[in-house]
Amino acid sequence: MRGAKSAKWVAIAGVVALTATACGGGDSDNKGSGKVDPKGIVSYANGEPQNPLQPSNTMEAYGSVVIDSLFTGLVYYDKQGDITYENAESVTPDKANKVWTVKLKPGWKFHNGEAVTAKSYVDAWNWAADPANGQQNSSWYRDIVGYEDVHPAKGKAKKKAMSGLKVVDENTFTITLDHGIPYYEYKLVYKPFFPMPSAALKDPKKYGESPVGNGPYKFKSWEHKKSIQVTAWADYKGADKPKNGGINFKAYTTPQGAYNDLRSNNVDTMPQIPDSELANYKQDFGDRAITSDYSAINTVNPAFYSKTFKDVDVKVIQGLSMAIDRETIVKTTFSGTREPASGWVATGVKGYKAGACGEFCKFNPKKAKQFVKDGGGVPGNKISIQYNADQPHKGWVTAVCNDIQKNTGVKCVGDPKTDFQADTEVRDKRQVKAMYRSGWVLDYPFNGNFLSDLYGTGVDGNKGEFSDKKFDALTKRADAAKTIDESAKLYQEAERELRNSFPGIPLWYNKITSGHSTNVKNMEFDQAGDPVLTDVEVFEK
Amino acid sequence: MGRFVARRLLQMIPVFIGTTLLIFIMVNVLPGDPVRSLWGDKPPDPVQVAQIRHDRGLDLPLWQQYLHYMGGLLQGDFGNTIAGNRPVLDEITQAFPVSMRLASMAWTFELIVGISLGVLAGIRRGRFVDNTVTLFTLLVISVPIFVVGLLCQLFFGNELGWITPTVQDSESMSQLLVPALVLGMVGLAYVARLTRTSIAENRQADYMRTAVAKGLPRQRIVTRHLLRNSLIPVVTYLGTDIGTLMGGAVITEGIFNVTGVGNLLFQALARREGAVIVGVVTVLVLVYLAASLLVDLLYAVLDPRIRYA
Repeated sequence: MRGAKSAKWVAIAGVVALTATACGGGDSDNKGSGKVDPKGIVSYANGEPQNPLQPSNTMEAYGSVVIDSLFTGLVYYDKQGDITYENAESVTPDKANKVWTVKLKPGWKFHNGEAVTAKSYVDAWNWAADPANGQQNSSWYRDIVGYEDVHPAKGKAKKKAMSGLKVVDENTFTITLDHGIPYYEYKLVYKPFFPMPSAALKDPKKYGESPVGNGPYKFKSWEHKKSIQVTAWADYKGADKPKNGGINFKAYTTPQGAYNDLRSNNVDTMPQIPDSELANYKQDFGDRAITSDYSAINTVNPAFYSKTFKDVDVKVIQGLSMAIDRETIVKTTFSGTREPASGWVATGVKGYKAGACGEFCKFNPKKAKQFVKDGGGVPGNKISIQYNADQPHKGWVTAVCNDIQKNTGVKCVGDPKTDFQADTEVRDKRQVKAMYRSGWVLDYPFNGNFLSDLYGTGVDGNKGEFSDKKFDALTKRADAAKTIDESAKLYQEAERELRNSFPGIPLWYNKITSGHSTNVKNMEFDQAGDPVLTDVEVFEK
Repeated sequence: MGRFVARRLLQMIPVFIGTTLLIFIMVNVLPGDPVRSLWGDKPPDPVQVAQIRHDRGLDLPLWQQYLHYMGGLLQGDFGNTIAGNRPVLDEITQAFPVSMRLASMAWTFELIVGISLGVLAGIRRGRFVDNTVTLFTLLVISVPIFVVGLLCQLFFGNELGWITPTVQDSESMSQLLVPALVLGMVGLAYVARLTRTSIAENRQADYMRTAVAKGLPRQRIVTRHLLRNSLIPVVTYLGTDIGTLMGGAVITEGIFNVTGVGNLLFQALARREGAVIVGVVTVLVLVYLAASLLVDLLYAVLDPRIRYA
């Protein structure tokens, strides 16, 4: 999708580099009587959201998890990456996949009693698309006809509403796209497509401080930098009715603090175990440790504009890739909490297929050396990998570099930038010296999200300026396919083509690593790495 | 005395303008655009970026931004944050009381325990008490504060369960006790050492011999003669330490999840929130200036020989 903007990024956690090894044990006895209290409150280690709580203005993790508890969108997806219908009864495309008809389940209400209608959706989207309202996610509507009038690249908005959105009746509306997209309903999973009540548009500022949604939980309070509390909403019509009484999103400034609180049952769960604890969290939590799949991938990408990779033969990049012993690095650096990657699409999304990268993602030191040699090597026989030093990347970058140097003879060094801001600035300004580390979490569970949005010629997400005409043609074909399945299949072909042009070296897929306290059970995380808080059950105290 | 205070207050104005300008420039020199960073590692929307920059006045030349900022400051307006567009004043009024409480607890701890230990060690120089205090302070000074903090957290929090590992409510005094002890630890060691040296030195002074010869009670000799004269370097240290405790608590506040100034500053720096950084530093500069003025005034009280015209 020519640079569709994307989902959440993990908020800059205020990581004061704390490295200490917790000494084992610490398991306290199961206090609970074993009985579940349906009114029990789950506490979740979060942080202060970046923006006011408006769905179309939330992309970082701290705000996202709260928004997800307050809102239910049209569709969601299951573990297989198939669409499930939430507030929508059906979402049906026309033959060309251009006009999408959305039918809502009748009888749904917002927490303030207002009915959720077709208008609630259409008005919310039009409002969010208008740049004057400063919604960060507004470019998600760019496929809709009339978006350019509301959100022009320059100057003031010409219109207040996108002509592609039409209310048919109370529970039906249509979305007209400027070109057919077979998997458009997958995009509707994302937050800017949530509905908003009319009061929200009248007073957005107040709304951002005390949001009113249509989801399983109702907003209760927000004490800035301390906690956000939501309570289960009795009139909720969705299938994911809360099995607990509410959630307390506690703000933490460091993951280490959250971890120590989790160990002593002062908080019930947290999003990701800090890297310094990866080696001991299983021991600390025993059967309460959580490890699950997560659709996110890590790569190192060449900057194709740099001196080093400007006229490089693809064989060199393939060779560098084969020089990396992913299995061993995953075991030693990440204590087995990642999974070696075998392609450019993360696991768990529609159209994922293992092994797209073929032999080039398998460790083979002999071939690696030969390939780099045959490809003519790189200028100066030296490469660097850029990363941000405010997060724990140094360890694996060093390991990858060691492998490359040892197995191909190409000198490899880490190129740390002080923090994430500095790192992205260098990338935006096209000043990466050779390679940079990159990570991508799904926006919507479809393989195209990992392909055309990242490696298409000239798209916003393509920071290395990779370009492959064959790949572009294949993704174009995939976007023109009749059905989702066909499109996913064609995208698989496009992914396979990448092994001949190598836009980046796939390293590993992330996993969710977390744990939960003895106060709760049924704690799980979904494909996007978000906690499934509605299912959590709290023990009686 | 009045003229001295007035002169000092007037001196504050250029110091104040100088520091704010310096910080303002430094924040702008840092790499990384705070507006762009709202999008994390995802591609930003240029239309929205331009809109936000315009709304926050970030598209103006730096000197204009500074004048605007100072103009607002004089009216008590610290500007708004880039992320979330919240008034910076809200963030400051939320964080400062917490840090003030934490710092004053740590400071009191430093003052009372530090001076007591110093006096004990100074009077019994070379004896067992002195050696113990010297050893203890050496240990505290040489072990980094985050090690002490984490050890306290793990031992008292996770192992013994006496405290919660992090502070659950930054406004509760009892919760802040352990972080305050950790925070005041290093200062305590310095105070103890300064007092000890000073006391040991002054014990040999002529006026001490006179006092003893006059047959004054020991208690009076120590508190009135010895301590009062020995406190000048200690007061200097304690005065400047107020500012350090307020702003320098980044590590302690981080470990114990206390939402104070240190934390605010750290987060603001990570997000390149210029207005927050300048705002916090501005208030900290004021605290420093006030504390050092207080120290200078205290000198005169402690030692009548030091007089200001």
